Amino acid sequence: MRQTIRKLFWVWDFDKEEKWLNEMAAKGLSLVAVGFCKYEFEDCKPGEYRICLQLLDKMPGHPESRKYIEFLETTGAEHVGSFTRWVYFRKKASEGEFELFSDNASRIKYLGSVISLIAFVTIMNLFVGLYNLFLAVTYSSSVNYLGFLNLALGIFGALGVLRLFKKRKRMKEEGQLFE
Amino acid sequence: MSSAALTEAVYYILLSLIEPMHGYGIMQNVEQLSNGRVKLAAGTLYGAINTLLEKGWITALSGEKDSRKKEYQITEEGKRILQTELLRLRELIENGNRILEVK
Repeated sequence: MRQTIRKLFWVWDFDKEEKWLNEMAAKGLSLVAVGFCKYEFEDCKPGEYRICLQLLDKMPGHPESRKYIEFLETTGAEHVGSFTRWVYFRKKASEGEFELFSDNASRIKYLGSVISLIAFVTIMNLFVGLYNLFLAVTYSSSVNYLGFLNLALGIFGALGVLRLFKKRKRMKEEGQLFE
Repeated sequence: MSSAALTEAVYYILLSLIEPMHGYGIMQNVEQLSNGRVKLAAGTLYGAINTLLEKGWITALSGEKDSRKKEYQITEEGKRILQTELLRLRELIENGNRILEVK
């Protein structure tokens, strides 16, 4: 049976999102499609699948992304869906462990590209938000409430990026001892 | 950088590619070589393959249009890198054995 669950994860909480999707799979609900704050599940045997998600550098339809997705498919992973640059995969647990990165160097590199993408969107929001605030203060008649939304998202995003930076720092420290 | 250590992933990928192999073959071969200890994740392998291609340490064998079946093989430069790494590893082992007096 197919069922849809609506749930919001902040973009920097992708680890939490992946953990939740795996808990659902462990309970017997495997992810089959994704959308904006929307997850579609189908019944599976409890623990039948493992789920991984990844933020790609390019949109999923871009040839480079397609090559990557095809490559993952040759290793037994199934591409269940994409939302913006996020791609979601599942793999049968019987085919072995499922992770996308297996050493610190590649995890740190990946985290770096996630940080730069989120930071870019955050800075855009902050910029638009501050510009609107400036307009509102200078010409008090033209208050654009959407601008405050940008500002709020920008501040929120900055906090999220900060958390990812800290995470990367911890990984780098660990990387001085272990690969 | 010529004396820098290779990552375990790169070392085992290069070693695998003495024989032509496709991506999934490399993953299986590395797991087998290391008795199940090293399990290369697909994203890590994909990134490493692209970097190694750029550096010219491995090459993609032409013939297969289908990228899913694309095979790779080590180059002369790649073999030289492996030899250098082997000398470095030997030094590590010899020093470890000597100082810890492992028989």
